[in-house]
Amino acid sequence: MVDTVMPTAVALDDATVAFRLAGDRVYIAVEKANLSVAHGEFVAIVGPTGCGKSTLLNIAAGLLKPASGAVRIFDTPLVGLNPQAGYLFQADALFPWKTVIDNVAIGLEITGTARSEALARSQKWLEMVGLGGFAGRYPHMLSGGQRKRVGLAQVLIRDPKILLMDEPFGPLDAQTRQIMGNLLLELWNADRKAVLFVTHDLEEAIALADRVVIMSAGPGARIIGDWRVQLPRPRDIMEVRLDKEFHSLHREIWSVLKDEVLKGYAQSATG
Amino acid sequence: MSRLMLLACQLMVAVVVIGLWQLLASVPVFGRVLLPPFFFSNPVDVGSQIVDWFVSGIIWKHLAITLWESILAFAIGSLGGVAVGFWFARQPRVAAIFDPYVKMANALPRVVLAPIFTLWLGLGIWSKVALGVTLVFFIVFFNVYQGVKEVSRTVLDNGRMLGMNEGQLMRHVYWPSALSWMFSSLHTSVGFAVVGAVVGEYLGSAAGLGYLIQQAEGTFDVAGVFAGMFVLSAFVILIDIGVTMVEKRLLVWRPAVEGRG
Repeated sequence: MVDTVMPTAVALDDATVAFRLAGDRVYIAVEKANLSVAHGEFVAIVGPTGCGKSTLLNIAAGLLKPASGAVRIFDTPLVGLNPQAGYLFQADALFPWKTVIDNVAIGLEITGTARSEALARSQKWLEMVGLGGFAGRYPHMLSGGQRKRVGLAQVLIRDPKILLMDEPFGPLDAQTRQIMGNLLLELWNADRKAVLFVTHDLEEAIALADRVVIMSAGPGARIIGDWRVQLPRPRDIMEVRLDKEFHSLHREIWSVLKDEVLKGYAQSATG
Repeated sequence: MSRLMLLACQLMVAVVVIGLWQLLASVPVFGRVLLPPFFFSNPVDVGSQIVDWFVSGIIWKHLAITLWESILAFAIGSLGGVAVGFWFARQPRVAAIFDPYVKMANALPRVVLAPIFTLWLGLGIWSKVALGVTLVFFIVFFNVYQGVKEVSRTVLDNGRMLGMNEGQLMRHVYWPSALSWMFSSLHTSVGFAVVGAVVGEYLGSAAGLGYLIQQAEGTFDVAGVFAGMFVLSAFVILIDIGVTMVEKRLLVWRPAVEGRG
């Protein structure tokens, strides 16, 4: 599946993640996951809730260490945090005590960029995500969608080579999600980074990604499918859903995903 | 209810209460004065005592001393609380070791410490400051400790992923979070600084509002006691207004719905 020309941005080799529970029990969240994301490739991970999708991202980010297996970033084993990665979290991750522009500028300021330059570049980024007039606001004054825009600017201003996104648009309403999806695609088209995008929404995954990876229900979740999305780019999220190929792909992936979703529900119902 | 209406109603309460007090203290009901002036004084005497204090200017010295003690107690207690709160939150082992002693010290009614402080530090302002510090310290300490411990996991991870090192996390994440908790308890801690100062004065001193009240009580001057209480209330309300103003400036980034901590 890996492009031969492009270097591999993120590679998981047999990565297993385990958590210690109360007592001596161990919970295996993800078992022997193998995944590679090429430079500039947009990969979406889809799976039933609680299957360990976010766990995969956390390994790639270096926030979690796999119990066994390896993580390679641009063919170098990952030690500690992944400095090449930008992470857009599912929950609100902005600094509530900083204004919008300071939230965006902080990533530059901590690396020693002069404040005036950091602010100027932040203002540009705010305009790119459509929030040029909101620089002086505080996060709590913004809507959920606007906060996600700030989050995007905050992450992208550092120009990471890898973008990790954990259901970033999950809490947003349907319309806002589509608008945010298009914004993401637009920014990604301008500067193609390797993207690992976690979602539980199969339609969103197909509409956005080059590849859709399916995970089984946990515990011991595995990667059970990998589809290439051949839909032409640039895409419009709303229009691409009308495409014939979109539908056949959706049907094909859903037939596999459905069983896992049902399994996931059954487990969360019993345990 | 409109603001004006509300204000009118609030004023009414004061007028009725003071009016009743004056009435029951001066006019006999069925041949008996219900509020004997010896025990209850009356509003006119209390008022003239307050006017007297301000006209003669004696009160300023006492107010200044109480204010100064409160400020010192608040400043020292807060600094200590922030420092120790941070230290404990970042060093769970230290916190675990000291935990029973912190609980013990906090459970102790602080008033019993006043004689000890007077013994150690004399009748001057420092024994009162020390009493105030023991009150303020624990409030600030617990809040900062909580604030540092309860920094949102996601915000912290976000800081790390944005490339912050420990020092930068301290400055951009832990510190503002702890301060916001401290500020949310500002009303309580400032209030306790005043309590410490006044109680300390009351138990033994040569100046201050507490001293004034204690002196009046010593000579069965009930009007003086009430006058002291009214001046003290006004003093605390003024300080509280000041705190609210400071708070508004410092916590602009917070949603307004939360109200006071």
